[in-house]
Amino acid sequence: MASRTFETAAGPRSEDALPASATSAVKIVIVGGFGVGKTTLVRSVSEIRPLTTEETMTEASAGVDDLAGVERKSMTTVAMDFGRISLNDELVLYLFGTPGQQRFWFLWNGLFEGALGAVVLVDTRRLEASFDVLGRLEESQTPFVVAVNAFDEAPSYTDGELREALDLTDEVPLMACDARNRESSKGVLLALMQYLHSLAMTSEAT
Amino acid sequence: MTQVGEDWDEGGPERLYVLTGGRSGFDETGLDLVTLIVSRTPPQIGMQPEHESILRVCASPLSVVEISAHLKLPVSIVSVLLADLLAEERVEARAPAPALPDIDIIKAVIHGLQNL
Ligand SMILES: Nc1nc2c(ncn2[C@@H]2O[C@H](COP(=O)(O)OP(=O)(O)OP(=O)(O)O)[C@@H](O)[C@H]2O)c(=O)[nH]1
Ligand SMILES: [Mg+2]
Repeated sequence: MASRTFETAAGPRSEDALPASATSAVKIVIVGGFGVGKTTLVRSVSEIRPLTTEETMTEASAGVDDLAGVERKSMTTVAMDFGRISLNDELVLYLFGTPGQQRFWFLWNGLFEGALGAVVLVDTRRLEASFDVLGRLEESQTPFVVAVNAFDEAPSYTDGELREALDLTDEVPLMACDARNRESSKGVLLALMQYLHSLAMTSEAT
Repeated sequence: MTQVGEDWDEGGPERLYVLTGGRSGFDETGLDLVTLIVSRTPPQIGMQPEHESILRVCASPLSVVEISAHLKLPVSIVSVLLADLLAEERVEARAPAPALPDIDIIKAVIHGLQNL
């Protein structure tokens, strides 16, 4: 029989359990085009092996060979992986590696609205993959930093060239990173947090 | 009584419809991806298996999105299941920290990351 019964979930390993004192969580979104290193960054800093959550959406598509007025529905499964860092006994940080296509973002309500901020990962071989994301983050006023992932054969640009190509203002932090390296990934998250700190100080002062 | 047919795929949309009684949503429940859920009661015999699993994996605090990953069910479905358990006071929900720039939260995150 081609059916799948609900498997009783194993749940987290005991060493992955959060302390009973964990009271609140915050989130940071790692966003960028296909294959840019989102999962790699999450994995290099997460205290748990990255987990995956999936949503299914139905998309109506009207192809040219369809009968007039007939819509075809297709099901698309969209996956998002995430990791976790316990910051102290009470506060937990979640990192979400989010697909770059913004048409998927609505699947997870409040993902961006409720986030502290975002890291935009950029591959210089495909800069255009970031345009969509950057525009959308600006629109939703989500603070973000831009991290250029150091792929071996990727062309290197000066900061000025990158800012111009990505249409970034001078305030937006821009840095190089190697998502495979834990210290480098940690540095990107810290850069985002320090940027948020400076934004909060400025808004408090006014 | 309805006969369960051969082609009934328990992982399919019908199954999800049955699980949630046709309700959908995430919005209505007020739960965030990172709301922490903690069980208040142990699982009981005769419970819906999904409810039973949630109570078991939430013996220590677990976020909504982690429950989704461990149960292999979408967050949209998990939220509805959690709404039942919240209504019956079988679980406790701990809301995420406010997203508005809160300098103390920002400092705590910086400090936590530096100590990694
Ligand atoms: N050289 C180099 N390779 C990297 C870096 N980050 C990731 N990679 C490699 O790039 C490939 C894709 O990385 P992923 O982390 O899977 O990318 P992703 O953004 O999660 O991809 P999708 O989820 O498929 O969109 C992997 O083979 C990584 O090892 C980096 O900083 N430098
Ligand atoms: Mg990935």
